[in-house]
Amino acid sequence: MSQISRARPYLNPYLAGTFLGVVLFLAFFITGSGLGASGGLNLLLVYVQNEVNPSHVDQVAYLLKMAGGNTNPLDSWIVFLTVGTVIGGFISGLLGRRMKFETNKGPQISNGTRWLMAFIGGALMGYGARLARGCTSGQALSGGAVLSVGSWAFMFAVFAGAYALAYFFRKFWN
Amino acid sequence: MATFPLPLADLLGHWGSYIVYGMIGIAFGMTLESAGFGNSKLLAAQFYFKDMRVFKVMFTAIIVAMTLIFLSSSVGLLDYNLIWVPPTYLWPGIVGGLIMGVGFIIGGFCPGTSLVGMATGKLDAISFVFGVLFGIYMFGETVSGFAVFFDSSDMGRFTLPELFDTSYGIVVFSIVVAALAIFLVAEKVEAAVNKRPQQRLPAWTRPAAAALVALAVVVVFAGQPSNADRWQVIAAESQALLDQRKVQIAPAELLNYMNDSKIKVLPLDVRDERYYNQFHLRGAVHVPLERVQEKARELHFELANTIFVTISNDETAATEAWKILKAESIPNLYILEGGINAWLDTYAADSFTQDERVSLRQEDQLAYRFNAATGSRHRAADPHPDFLDLKYEPKVILELKRAPTSGGCG
Repeated sequence: MSQISRARPYLNPYLAGTFLGVVLFLAFFITGSGLGASGGLNLLLVYVQNEVNPSHVDQVAYLLKMAGGNTNPLDSWIVFLTVGTVIGGFISGLLGRRMKFETNKGPQISNGTRWLMAFIGGALMGYGARLARGCTSGQALSGGAVLSVGSWAFMFAVFAGAYALAYFFRKFWN
Repeated sequence: MATFPLPLADLLGHWGSYIVYGMIGIAFGMTLESAGFGNSKLLAAQFYFKDMRVFKVMFTAIIVAMTLIFLSSSVGLLDYNLIWVPPTYLWPGIVGGLIMGVGFIIGGFCPGTSLVGMATGKLDAISFVFGVLFGIYMFGETVSGFAVFFDSSDMGRFTLPELFDTSYGIVVFSIVVAALAIFLVAEKVEAAVNKRPQQRLPAWTRPAAAALVALAVVVVFAGQPSNADRWQVIAAESQALLDQRKVQIAPAELLNYMNDSKIKVLPLDVRDERYYNQFHLRGAVHVPLERVQEKARELHFELANTIFVTISNDETAATEAWKILKAESIPNLYILEGGINAWLDTYAADSFTQDERVSLRQEDQLAYRFNAATGSRHRAADPHPDFLDLKYEPKVILELKRAPTSGGCG
């Protein structure tokens, strides 16, 4: 996939934020629950685990409640929300002519280094999201909007963790 | 208020309802991508103060959604009690948040943004998504090693207005004003770091900000519906249930469900503590009438197959408690018909009912004497299953749970 013509610029952040806020409100208004992303990935993973090694799933309490016995982990609204998110990103990328195979990184590191960092960062994100019972979408954004104390504490912790180490990783991004 | 949240599964069928979630997901993905969140460099720029887009988009979304949610709740379009508020597990949340913050600066995405990055062909996003899956996998394999910490500092549904002991309106207004002030600072910081003059904001932003503040002020003055307001909304319908005695279940029906392994019965004993100590049903929780409303929060976390039964000596206090809980949208809510007195009439031994009966008593007082605090050790607290074949008019109709049981990261 090559860049056919020039990519359209991203939305003004305040406009994008307003759209996101309206989507979040509608999600609450229609379903009573907010948005999320890590939950869907979690259930997809458990589905694969259950296909590969069902007896292991049946032995681990944490996995059992999602896929034990005849429970189908894909039979959940969260999975559909996640699949929708990917499709929505794809549509928006097409409309904005931003579909392109590329690696975004600072100029001082190689693609391989960037991919490795992305994998490590992703692993930390996945682990932390399960520990915190939610990710930036489900906890910070959704829980923040409905004024959960834990979600606000979580949000500050995410920013604190990232800002605290930003200096040490400046070479990767700048 | 009665139709919130929309009964999607009833309207569209089990799988059909998922289409709605898929469409919400599409809208979510489109906004994330068009905000620039598919690009890890733009996301990371937040942490070097070069482009504070993450901050701006996120807090704009929060204040817009928050204001709309509490405005809708003020006017009764939406029931905040049935909204999924992520329960607070303070320390696991903070430690998990710190780990995610580190993951953010190393990996350049968060889980949601990596999905749209992946969808637009960003190779680093694809690697990140595999990392997330690996991290989730590792968590599932290791969580049993620190299960105590994972479940620690559980504060349940705990909100900022409760923390600061103020109204929802005040908190909504304060967050809106604080976010707008921080946006102005963010614009200055970006200009200073990038050594350029401050960018002019689009013309629409000022009236939009003013409108949002105005709506927040409306939320302050409109207030959130009190328990009495909420009862007013459902009074006609619910008073009819009481008057037609559709929710007063016979002792025999209650006993039947107490012995049904598929159903969880939670008897809520709203009498004075001394009565509760003298005698109560097996498994009954003591909730004095004045604490019933705050108890409602916890009750929303009970399993979907739970039947709640309010109990007093007769029915007077139990009916009060029923009204309070009904107004707080507690599902599957019933009253023990005739209260503890009727229960003892039915299930206590004949020797007891004959010898210990109080001749003169006032309404909602105990009709029997107890010489000791027998609690639930009394034989009538958990009657012998032989009593199960007593006939009764069945009244319980199990309704599907309306409040969501998990958020998007469940």
